[in-house]
Amino acid sequence: MHEMGIIINLAETLDDTAREEGLTNIARVTLQVGEVSGIMTDLFEDCWNYFKKKHPVLSESRLVLETIPAVTYCSSCEKTYETVKYGRECPYCHSGETWLVQGNECVIKEIEAE
Amino acid sequence: MKVIELNKKATAANDRDAEELRRKLQARDVLLINLMSAAGSGKTTLISRTIRDLEGKASIGVMEADLASEVDAEAIEALGARSIQVHTGGCCHMDASMTRQSLEAFGAESGSIVFLENVGNLICPAEFDTGAHLKVMILSLPEGDDKPLKYPLMFAESDALIITKMDAAPYFDFDLEAAKRRALALNPSIKIFPVSAKTGEGMGEWEEWLMSRKKELMRKH
Ligand SMILES: Nc1nc2c(ncn2[C@@H]2O[C@H](COP(=O)(O)OP(=O)(O)OP(=O)(O)O)[C@@H](O)[C@H]2O)c(=O)[nH]1
Ligand SMILES: [Mg+2]
Ligand SMILES: [Zn+2]
Repeated sequence: MHEMGIIINLAETLDDTAREEGLTNIARVTLQVGEVSGIMTDLFEDCWNYFKKKHPVLSESRLVLETIPAVTYCSSCEKTYETVKYGRECPYCHSGETWLVQGNECVIKEIEAE
Repeated sequence: MKVIELNKKATAANDRDAEELRRKLQARDVLLINLMSAAGSGKTTLISRTIRDLEGKASIGVMEADLASEVDAEAIEALGARSIQVHTGGCCHMDASMTRQSLEAFGAESGSIVFLENVGNLICPAEFDTGAHLKVMILSLPEGDDKPLKYPLMFAESDALIITKMDAAPYFDFDLEAAKRRALALNPSIKIFPVSAKTGEGMGEWEEWLMSRKKELMRKH
C-alpha cells in the first residue's frame, strides 16, 4: 500500500523537523498532493490518524490536504495542458509524445507548531 | 503557535536515511544497485545471467524484494550466489530503512556488488530512494515502446535502461529507436543497453558498464 509508505516517511520527516526547530507540538500539517500522485485521500487520512499516535509531537495534529493540478507537456508542439481534462493526447496537435511535468508530488508546505 | 513554511518533500526522512546508507556501503566498497521494472520484465533472469557471465570477476549478492514469495531467491541460490528474500509485507516498494535492515540481515561482503531486485512495478519504486548507488530499470520488448511516456518518473530517475527480450523482436512491433528517443528526452544522460538475457546478445556492454561503475566507486575514497 503506497499511502502507508508515504505516511511513515512523512511522520519521520516531521519528527526530524521538530527536533531541528525545537518544537514540542505540531497542531497542523499542510500537505500539497499532486492530482495524479495516486494518493487516495481517504486512505491517506486514515493512515495518518493511525500513525500520528506513535509520534508524540504529532499526536494532536490535523492534516490539511491541498491539491497540485496535474500538467502535461507535449514534446511535439512544446505546449502544456491540463492532464486530467485531456489525458495523454495533446489537445493542440493530437500528438501522443507527451509526459507529466507536474502533479505527482507530495510536499509538506507548512506546519503550525510551538 | 507559529506557522513555519517548509516546502519539503514528505519523504525527506527517507532521502536522509538513503544518503547515510550510500556512504556506509561505499566505505566498504559495496556497490548497491536498485533494479526496477514491471512484474515479469526479466529482472531475475538478467541478474542470473550477469552472475554467470561475471563469475570470477565480481562477487555478486542479491536481495529479492517481493510481496510474499520465495521463488526468486531460490533461482539465484541455484547459481551458487548469495541471496536473501525480503518480504515487503504488502508494501509496493522498498525504502531506505527497509533496505538497510535487509542488508544487515544479508551481511553484504566487502567489495561486492549487491543487486536489490525491487518490487515489480514502474510507479512506487521510482519515488523512494533506497540508498543504492545506481538505479537500473528494465523495459522488456512485449511491454511496448510507449512506456517512457506513461511512466516518466522511472525513466527520469534511472542511471541505466536495459531493454530486454531483444530475441523476441520478430514477434513484437516494439520500435527500439522510438523507445530510445523517448527515454533520452526525459533523461539525456541515461545509458541504454538493448539485450537478450536468453541468448546473451548485448550483455557484454551492460556488464562492462557495471564493472566500470564498480571501479569508479572504489576510486572515490
Ligand atoms: N525470450 C526471452 N525471455 C526472457 C528474457 N528475460 C526473461 N525472460 C522470461 O520472462 C519471464 C519473466 O522473467 P523473470 O526474470 O522472472 O522476471 P522478473 O522481472 O524477475 O519477474 P518478477 O520478479 O515476478 O517481477 C520468464 O519466463 C523468463 O524466462 C529474455 O531476454 N528473452
Ligand atoms: Mg523476479
Ligand atoms: Zn502538442
